[in-house]
Amino acid sequence: MNQAIRSSWMAAVAMFALIFGAISYVQVIGADDLNANPWNQRAILATFCNERGAIIVGGKPVAESVPGNESCAFQRSYPQPELYAGVTGFFSRGFGSTGLEQSMGETLAGNSDQLFLDRISQMFLGKEPKGASVELTLDPAIQKLAYDLIPDGQRGSIVVTNPKTGAIIAMVSKPSYDPNLIATHDTAAAEANMAKLNQVPGINLNQNVSGPTGNLLSPGSVFKLIDTAAALNSGKYNKDSELPNPSSLPLPGSNASLPNYAGGNCNVRETASFAFALEQSCNTPFASIALDLGQDAIREQAEKFGFGETFGDQLKLQQAKSVFPRDLDQAQLAQSSVGQRDVKATPLQINMMTAAIANGGVQMKPNLVQTVRAPDLRVISETKPEALRTSTTQPIASQITEWMTSAVDNGIAKGAAVPGVKVAGKTGTAELGDSGLNNSWFTGFAPANDPQVAVTIVMERVDVLSGAQLTSPNAKKIFEAVLNK
Amino acid sequence: MIQTETAPKPRRNVELLLIVLALAVGIGASALVSLNSDMGLDSDFWFQSSLLAVAAFAFHIVLRLRAKYADPVILPIVVALNGLGLALIHRMDGPGDDTGNNQLRWTLIAMAVSIAVIWFLKDHRILRRFTYISLAASALLLVLPLVPGISAGEVLGASVWIRIGPMTFQPGEIAKITLAIFFAGYLSSNRDLILLAGRKIGPMQFPRFKDLGPMITAWLVSIGVLVFQRDLGSSVLFFGLFIVMIYVATSRISWVVIGLALILGGGFIASKIFSHVAFRIDSWINAFTPEVFGRSPGGSGQIVQGLFGMADGGLVGTGLGQGRPDLVPFANSDMIVALIGEELGLIGLFAVVMLYLLLFTRGFRAALGTRDAFGKLLACGLSFAIALQCFVVIGGVTRLIPLTGLTTPFLAAGGSSLLANWIIVGLLLMISNTARGPVDTTPMVNKPPTTSSHGTVKTPTGQTPSAPTEAVKHQ
Repeated sequence: MNQAIRSSWMAAVAMFALIFGAISYVQVIGADDLNANPWNQRAILATFCNERGAIIVGGKPVAESVPGNESCAFQRSYPQPELYAGVTGFFSRGFGSTGLEQSMGETLAGNSDQLFLDRISQMFLGKEPKGASVELTLDPAIQKLAYDLIPDGQRGSIVVTNPKTGAIIAMVSKPSYDPNLIATHDTAAAEANMAKLNQVPGINLNQNVSGPTGNLLSPGSVFKLIDTAAALNSGKYNKDSELPNPSSLPLPGSNASLPNYAGGNCNVRETASFAFALEQSCNTPFASIALDLGQDAIREQAEKFGFGETFGDQLKLQQAKSVFPRDLDQAQLAQSSVGQRDVKATPLQINMMTAAIANGGVQMKPNLVQTVRAPDLRVISETKPEALRTSTTQPIASQITEWMTSAVDNGIAKGAAVPGVKVAGKTGTAELGDSGLNNSWFTGFAPANDPQVAVTIVMERVDVLSGAQLTSPNAKKIFEAVLNK
Repeated sequence: MIQTETAPKPRRNVELLLIVLALAVGIGASALVSLNSDMGLDSDFWFQSSLLAVAAFAFHIVLRLRAKYADPVILPIVVALNGLGLALIHRMDGPGDDTGNNQLRWTLIAMAVSIAVIWFLKDHRILRRFTYISLAASALLLVLPLVPGISAGEVLGASVWIRIGPMTFQPGEIAKITLAIFFAGYLSSNRDLILLAGRKIGPMQFPRFKDLGPMITAWLVSIGVLVFQRDLGSSVLFFGLFIVMIYVATSRISWVVIGLALILGGGFIASKIFSHVAFRIDSWINAFTPEVFGRSPGGSGQIVQGLFGMADGGLVGTGLGQGRPDLVPFANSDMIVALIGEELGLIGLFAVVMLYLLLFTRGFRAALGTRDAFGKLLACGLSFAIALQCFVVIGGVTRLIPLTGLTTPFLAAGGSSLLANWIIVGLLLMISNTARGPVDTTPMVNKPPTTSSHGTVKTPTGQTPSAPTEAVKHQ
């Protein structure tokens, strides 16, 4: 009997050994993951009323801590709320935080490792803790211009970057919202505002990824740039290749067919050069290329431009991964090759693709944060341009640039032309079912020979005419604004 | 192995010293809590602290008088745990909340009852006479919460409460003790029958089917608790208690195998049939998926918030009163372990778990030391029950196993649990008193001592007369 008692004791001790292990895991080994969990409000609540660092654009705060009331010393405030909501996100008691307020939260709150010595000195000097401020790469004038170029009530996004550095010059989308409504210390009001804002189509504040980095849209014809790169990369095609250009391509294995746009100039030729096909944005030559090269070649090229991937942690914003689906049949492949069906891309993805072409095939990591400064204005960290991946070769990038330039000079993107500057561009019109409405795209860069700026514009759910008016001509305004600086 | 050649030592002075230390822990924690709140060390604090100290010293004196060879470590450990629990519950009380005072009242009641048990029972072997009465009492206690009129209805998904006037009580906590007494009495009488008969399959001897009767009964009780009271934790506890006791009685690992098979089978079927069990398991495995996290009731919000708290506590904790247990539902009862982890850190929680380990180890030691089979079984069962209860609760909070609604002994807010656990402590102290005391000269191991003031006690009816001598052989 005593032996059995000892064995039972051993069993009890074994259970306690498991408990010790579990406690160690939760409190030490796995603690960092738990502390970083987005549902975990403890870090926010602990420092909620402290003075956070500001988020600064062009020397002026776009998110700052202003004196609050007795119960909470500081209140987060957004002076130009709608204009910067997409990047700042909000900082709230009840709903956590989003955007840079979340991703740079540790820094803004002064809790990051880099600020360790500052915290110590604040403690000894008896000063209130204060976070670091974050200066963004955004250009306030361009940001404002881009925001105003999307008409109120129109859903759309604009991304402006420097293709050589990856610096984001402007990034806006509509509909936007006022983060002050969520950041208010009046939790009941914040909840009511949250519920109301989530009623607005196109706004979903419960999901952290939205706007230019998160909105997955049919890319339409801008995807043809990827077909072109894949074609040239395969070695089967060169700059002089003549592509089949039937007015309508029967889709293999189905009764449907893929036509060229009836209102355009494509149908005047039975075959087309790359230059002509891109200038007029003909569908059938690119579908033929895709059917010839096979889906894997197209997908691989898409992935080299960033599909299925993110664009690195320098951006500090949640990103959705763009999609080029797998296991397509031939009909699906033909439609996917012109950016229809289930191909989905974020505005950021299309801009990064364009920037890679502009930058000789090298895609730079997009970055939004220029410098981080301690409360004493000492620079703690500064973002340096970093290459992310090689999307295509330099010769192919130059060749595509040449054709994109002629699409602006001679083709359907001519609205983007800027006098005295070579502009490279490509438009896209993704049909949304049978609604007659489209996602209308422009993506391009300038100057073509020495790219300073890449612009991507998408207007959602517009008819063909307003789509054309809202994309290329607006790109022209942005090119002028950036280049005339 | 426990009996020493030298004369037994009472070691009551050691106990006194340890009690002073234990009170320093409990009252010190309470002082920290009070200093952190607006009240400071007010008259309430001094009054409550002295009540706890007086009760602890009174208990100590009773042991000097009635059980002077009792284990000197058990009482200080329990005082420390209970004192810490009082401080933590007090810490969670908002303005107007009375949980802390209520817990103190129950502590005093529970200690008084425990003292009464030691004072009037004198010797645990007397309990053996109540084997079948205990069974009846267990059945009654378990059925009470389902009786209309006194049932407190379904509280947080489980029907384990009764209501008498303004008071609510969980009779299942007491049933833990009566069941242990029944198992100990029944098994110490019938172990030879169970032991000798049976069929050998491979290396293991399996019991005869008719000897499986009590096993099946225990299983049905556990399943009944699960089905009708929707109380997964108690169900596991009762069955675990029984498996250990029958294993100790027979030394046959086959019982453990059969028992585990039954519990796994029952658990699997229960998880398929009963939504409350399925929810528990789902919110254990998929705790970090948004649908499960946000689901109410039956979501993982409570356990995940507890984990966040413990992670925030880290190695040394945020400090008493500095954490955010208000974010964790039931931080003063079911989740008090998470509160300790958060505010006292890994180190503090390890210390607490270590106290439990010491406590049940002393209980097992009493089981080894005592010379009667009944006492061995009872001490072993009760000690294992404490260990298993801690494992189920802390394992649940740390997401080692699914979270169930058991209380942390002596720490968690709840009168019934305090009362039951203090009675268990009283019983363990009594058993350890016989274990550590001078060897009883009476050879009849399983009979009440003839020196008892009750005089000679007749063998209870229904008991196998040959049991005592047989038991000596097989020990």
